Amino acid sequence: MSAVVAAIASPGAEEIFRILTFRAGYNTSAVIIGAIMLGVAAGAIGVFALLRGRALMGDALSHATLPGVAGGFLLGTWMGFDPRSMPVLLTGATVTGVLGVLTVLFISRHTRLREDAAIGIVLSVFFGAGVVLMQVIARLDIGNRGGLQQFIYGQTAAMQGRDAMVLALLAVLVLLVSLAFLKEFRVVCFNAEYARAQGWPVGVIDIIMMTFVVLVTVVGLQMVGLILVVAMIVIPAAAARFWTDRLFVMLLTAAVLGGFSGYAGGAASAMAGGLPAGAVIVLASGGVFLLSMFFAPARGVVAGVVRTKRVHDRTNRQHLLRMLLEADEVGDAEGLTRTGVRSRRAWPGRSLGRAIRQLRSGGAIDVDPSGGLELTTTGREQAARVTRNHRLWEEYLVRHADIAPSHVDWSADLVEHVLSSEMVRQLEESVAARGGALPPSVHPLTGDPETAQG
Amino acid sequence: MNSTFFIQYDVPALAAATCAAVSCALLGNFLLLRRLSLMGDAISHAVLPGIVVAFLLVGSRATLPVVAGAAIAGVVVTVAVEFLCRLGRVDPGASMGVAFSVLFALGVVLLEQTAASHIDLDADCVLYGQLEDIAWLGPEGWGDAFSWGHLQNLPREVLTLVSVGIVVVLFITIFFKELRITSFDPDLASTLGFRPGWMHYAMMILVSIAVVASFEAVGSIQVIAMLICPPATARLLTDRLHVQLWLSVACAVLSSVGGYMVAAHVPALVVGPGTPSLDAAGTMTVTSGVLLGLTIVFSPWHGLVARHVRRFMTAVRIEREDLLAMLYRLEEVHSAGDGETPRDMSKVQIIEALRGDRGGPGLAIRVALRGALRRGEIMGASGRFGLTEAGRRRAQGIIRMHRLWEHYLVHELGLRPDHVHRTAMALEHVTSRAMQDELETAGGEVATDPHDRPIPDPVPGDERPS
Repeated sequence: MSAVVAAIASPGAEEIFRILTFRAGYNTSAVIIGAIMLGVAAGAIGVFALLRGRALMGDALSHATLPGVAGGFLLGTWMGFDPRSMPVLLTGATVTGVLGVLTVLFISRHTRLREDAAIGIVLSVFFGAGVVLMQVIARLDIGNRGGLQQFIYGQTAAMQGRDAMVLALLAVLVLLVSLAFLKEFRVVCFNAEYARAQGWPVGVIDIIMMTFVVLVTVVGLQMVGLILVVAMIVIPAAAARFWTDRLFVMLLTAAVLGGFSGYAGGAASAMAGGLPAGAVIVLASGGVFLLSMFFAPARGVVAGVVRTKRVHDRTNRQHLLRMLLEADEVGDAEGLTRTGVRSRRAWPGRSLGRAIRQLRSGGAIDVDPSGGLELTTTGREQAARVTRNHRLWEEYLVRHADIAPSHVDWSADLVEHVLSSEMVRQLEESVAARGGALPPSVHPLTGDPETAQG
Repeated sequence: MNSTFFIQYDVPALAAATCAAVSCALLGNFLLLRRLSLMGDAISHAVLPGIVVAFLLVGSRATLPVVAGAAIAGVVVTVAVEFLCRLGRVDPGASMGVAFSVLFALGVVLLEQTAASHIDLDADCVLYGQLEDIAWLGPEGWGDAFSWGHLQNLPREVLTLVSVGIVVVLFITIFFKELRITSFDPDLASTLGFRPGWMHYAMMILVSIAVVASFEAVGSIQVIAMLICPPATARLLTDRLHVQLWLSVACAVLSSVGGYMVAAHVPALVVGPGTPSLDAAGTMTVTSGVLLGLTIVFSPWHGLVARHVRRFMTAVRIEREDLLAMLYRLEEVHSAGDGETPRDMSKVQIIEALRGDRGGPGLAIRVALRGALRRGEIMGASGRFGLTEAGRRRAQGIIRMHRLWEHYLVHELGLRPDHVHRTAMALEHVTSRAMQDELETAGGEVATDPHDRPIPDPVPGDERPS
């Protein structure tokens, strides 16, 4: 690891700045721009692959191109072309790549094997066939042959300006097609059955989508290698999923995250001379993914934890308010202390302390010197609202769900906190709200939890 | 080929490849049942950083540290996939994609550092294996092969793979019950007090060990193929787990031996003597794929051919029943006094009528016609076909079923009388014995169907296929 650190630390600040601003020489800039463009294209198309549940299709596809590349090379040699000419190799790669995808679809549709097994079968068997052909090539006495290792790890660092141009065109094309077919792709990704019932040509749309996955994979492969292409299709899209629930936003996010990964990875590998650019780009996208997973505000892990905590807090505050109000109703409020509160309900961990602190700072309760908890006027209003929800729901359960009155308290406990105001209004109507602000409880209220809970 | 060369080169290579294939195939069965087949793919990519780190720490290619490193990496990727799935709510496929590609990239970056440190660790050897380089230098003939002295000198790869194979077989034998229940129904397993989580991790550790032990000999691609193809082949042949395990072992052995033969002999046969052999790991992979392909097509129960034959036989039976019912209805019209309608039809009329608006070559109809003739249910005279007495009895049962269904659909399910004919047409062919009894109780006393046509009496001894 120390070598990595040393390699990264070696260029001066000025050099780093030049790399980041595309002024560190023609080749370095071409590599960085190419990586950005590939990230944009793969990120955008990856969104649809991910949402269609085919994230790993790119994996099968990219392995399946190997026999095509080798076969194209052999066929080209035999027919007297220059076997290294790109059109020959790309055609071969596309043919076997598409064949691989069709095989996956065939196996998962017509046998009892699942799609994941089908992907594994196709990627290993096709790749095995490719390995055999590659070895034949290696034994034939042809000079100037494409190295297998470069195919797998890619030659990102050898990218030329022309390659970057091709990738830029690809990125623009993918974005244009994604936007043009956004509606079609959306309906097929989210509900293919519904789309078919509505008369959408699901098969054709699927094929258009997969065609672009193939295109990105095949073009990306020979520039950056097998694993990087798979990673660039899966990772930015999966990361973008944390940021939003809207398809259009997700598409743009994935393209931006993919592009950023390419930029960061390409630049980092340029700074640390010896590191393989493809792998560094994948690591960069992995970093972007982790950051998104934890810190994205919409679906990130941290945001989720905070949300859960808030709901728990609110639930606990409401429980405490209702308990105080009900104790008041039966004339038992005098001297209801923490111990009393705990004897009526389980309060895991420090939840009771938090609830009391939050209610006090919200001005809903007072604590008298002897430790007794008392509702303030505002607190009483809030408590009435909470209790009302609880009792309405209890009534509903007793009347419409046929649950015994002695059993509803607990069921109502679970739902009362998530009732929408619309639902409350409906409950009021269906229970035919009576005179007072607060419907009476359907079960006896006493200070003794044994009888209160039945 | 002389026996010395065979024992020194072919035997150890075959032994290594077969052990690797069998260990992977056995474990692969459980991956396949848990829909974790791609975990094999993910693990075989993700062990790379584990191997490289072990390598950097120890500084040699000693087996034990490398296997330990791979096992740790296997656990890391398993935990990572689970973590992404549960905590991040990422789609399982995508979780694997993210986890293994990042770990693989990490491995590649670290590998560059080993190159910088002048340690010999070749990425090619991980990808393709070096089956051809395994040699057992020592024994000169079969007599020597079983002497203790020579057995001790077996190549390291063979010894490693044999021990891994033994561990895998022991694990599966000892925990067969636990593996079976956690694979088929993890929820039931938890309620019964088994620990699906522990089995899952034990499984993944074993997969990582088998994967990395096999790398050196056969390479990662064959490992992935052996984790998936033989179990998939076996799964298409049987519904019983222990049969599936044995079949997958057989298929793994067949793939490795067959693949080795292909690699050694096919080039000489096709191109001419003296041609160098093919890449054995690659041909083994392709052989396992070919075996799977053949099974997909020809498997006796789940195969495509068998399924199509079954479907065709059903189509023929339905067409025959429709033919008899059609001739019965014709006789009804005929005997109702309409003298112009004949009691029989020509072959062309029959095919036209049964084909309806479906089109197609009507192959099933022709076969059905021949079948009805052979059974003596219809007979032909001067190119026209009519019911025999036996055929009339058979047809009476079919028509009775049809009209009972129509009665049931109208009176019990409340469908409109002009909507039930097609439904009854379909149902009359697939009515089980129990359903038939139900229909008899619902409409047995009724004389006519909703279209006022008589429901024929039951035919004694008319057994309908269920």
